[in-house]
Amino acid sequence: MLHFIQQLGSSTRTSFAKLGRATLFLGHTLTGAVDVAIKPRLLLNQLHSVGVLTFLIVTISGLFVGMVLGLQGYNILSDFGSEEALGIMVAASLVRELGPVVTALLFAGRAGSALTAEIGLMKATEQLSGMEMMAVDPVNRIISPRFFAGFLSMPLLAALFSMVGILGGHLVGVGLLGVDDGSYWSQMQANLDFYDDIVNGVIKSIVFGFVTTWIALFEGYDSAPTAEGVSRATTRTVVNSAFAILGLDFILTAMMFGDI
Amino acid sequence: MQHTRTQDTLVGLFVAAGIVALFFLSLQVSNIRSFMPADTYVITARFSNSGGLKVKSPVTVAGVRIGRVSNIYIDKETYESVVEMSIESKYDTLPEDTSATIYTAGLLGEQYINLDPGGSFDYLKNGGRIEITQSAIVLEEVIGRFLFQKAAE
Amino acid sequence: MDNSDISADSLISVRNLSFSRGNRKIFDDISLDIARGKITAIMGPSGTGKTTLLKLIGGQLFPEQGSIVVDGLDVHQLRRKELFNLRKRIGMLFQSGALLTDINVYENVAFPLREHTHLTESMIRTLVLMKLQAVGLRGARNLMPNELSGGMARRVALARAIALDPMMILYDEPFTGQDPISMGALVHLIKSLNTTLGLTSIIVSHDVTETSAIADYIYVISDGKIAGQGTPKEIEASDSAWVQQFMKGDPDGPVHFHYPATNYIEDLLVCSQQTARIAAKKETIKTDESLNATGLKNAKGLKKTLSRKRGRSRYHRED
Repeated sequence: MLHFIQQLGSSTRTSFAKLGRATLFLGHTLTGAVDVAIKPRLLLNQLHSVGVLTFLIVTISGLFVGMVLGLQGYNILSDFGSEEALGIMVAASLVRELGPVVTALLFAGRAGSALTAEIGLMKATEQLSGMEMMAVDPVNRIISPRFFAGFLSMPLLAALFSMVGILGGHLVGVGLLGVDDGSYWSQMQANLDFYDDIVNGVIKSIVFGFVTTWIALFEGYDSAPTAEGVSRATTRTVVNSAFAILGLDFILTAMMFGDI
Repeated sequence: MQHTRTQDTLVGLFVAAGIVALFFLSLQVSNIRSFMPADTYVITARFSNSGGLKVKSPVTVAGVRIGRVSNIYIDKETYESVVEMSIESKYDTLPEDTSATIYTAGLLGEQYINLDPGGSFDYLKNGGRIEITQSAIVLEEVIGRFLFQKAAE
Repeated sequence: MDNSDISADSLISVRNLSFSRGNRKIFDDISLDIARGKITAIMGPSGTGKTTLLKLIGGQLFPEQGSIVVDGLDVHQLRRKELFNLRKRIGMLFQSGALLTDINVYENVAFPLREHTHLTESMIRTLVLMKLQAVGLRGARNLMPNELSGGMARRVALARAIALDPMMILYDEPFTGQDPISMGALVHLIKSLNTTLGLTSIIVSHDVTETSAIADYIYVISDGKIAGQGTPKEIEASDSAWVQQFMKGDPDGPVHFHYPATNYIEDLLVCSQQTARIAAKKETIKTDESLNATGLKNAKGLKKTLSRKRGRSRYHRED
């Protein structure tokens, strides 16, 4: 029993220490905004590796998620004779929840793990240390551009996901199952609110982008400089990002849509 | 420098696609167009019961949407529900003796206001008031009445 | 702090330095001087914190106690900007080379120039080619770091380290894992760079012969203390048994071949007793099985698990 309590204590202590390190790291990363502003090329390179390379997986997943929503939604709604509500069902679930959340999860799996592995490897091969000895701040030079790239791509990716998903739902609902084209769009437009739904969805994806990129970069930077350390850090990135995304999603949803 | 040029192109395409998606969501999917300060004029109607009517519920004539409910409040003296409707300016030929009815789309769907134009040659203006109204059908009341009648038989 | 004994010709003076990782003391109150314009070697077995010393000199780590003065500047009292300015005058060669893996050889050497100077592209090109020529890799400028052999990567890293014409270079295990030819090339390079560019060099290494061939002065570190110091000849003639063992590479001596353990014979006996007990247990199970004629099915199951267990342990042993 005493052993258990001791373990609880020590793990609390280490996680607080880690949180502290992560916060300092974030602060340091944000100061790199200056470097990014001076050398926009750094940001552009990272937008390529973070955004463009995640583009494909996000659009393809979006299409299939939208198609499945169209199919499932139709089956349920046709029982109540309200197939024309398919548009609003697909759009609301995508814009409010699935767009930001699934994109963030995909992002953590594709870009986040890659970032952690990249930074961890740079640390293990002493590239970060070497840069420091060359009087170049590795956090500002290497981490910051990646952070801003991740943080900027996320809302764009989430919007893409939602758009492709809505089109996918249209493909199945209108194209295959014969829902009226006009009511698909008009129901959607009548019931989705620009501020409540679209803007809130974008805010969610910005928050997720911030947190996921932060976790990925910090885990890489904080990893043990060995092959094993890097692989562990990569796993932690995906797991911790998933927890953070889903937990934050609940909090944000409660704040935005709930009456809590 | 071929490499950076293709990279630039790809990044450009990515950002453009993202922005297109954001615009698509804003314009095609949501109701942002009804937020644009489109020309509207306001008319009011009083109901003894506005049921499940909400702000932004549609206002239709013969099934075509011509405006939205912009405000609902209660008259403190008469205890009637006062419903303000914003009607698009292009539909400015609603006769003064138009009647307003609260309908339900489908059996359990959302409620909306249907306007039934009368025969007057004077048209409703901004701030005008519809006199003839029919309240929302409250399902429980209808069922209650039906059961009561059955019992009486 | 007493700086009085810092001689004029020492570029770095370490005074009363203590540093520990966790509970392990890596340096315990050591003091040493690095002479200007000379090659100083710091030697010792693996895990004595030789690399840590370089990181302390570069200001990447903070000591618990003591001070390190480089060219009149106390490294750990400097502000960030001053520290960065000092680092521009220090080149460091990492064990792995630490080349940036996403850019080619040319860009790697150009990296510090681009970061810290405002030279035109043509001047950078001239400088980079000069540095690459010095290490003999001008022809490899378009290769990526993953296409280089270990020795070549270290030479490129050396070209990068001298790109800003530093006053000194820190070498972290420059000879480890090199074939004789690249080893020879590196030894020659370090020596010639030191004389032609008038650099101060610090070599951290445990390769005794190569290091003593070019070092002007050697410090041997063990258990957080300086075990011996002097010119290579003096070290060779050292009367410390430990230093002798280290320099000659004897398998046994003051540093024992065996990790501390209990008595060998006793250990073996304990083990054989345990196996005997396990064998006895198996025997009883087998007898049970033969006695139990009615529960034949059960016995068969038991037999199966037993043989499976045996199979697994065989697998492990081979593994």
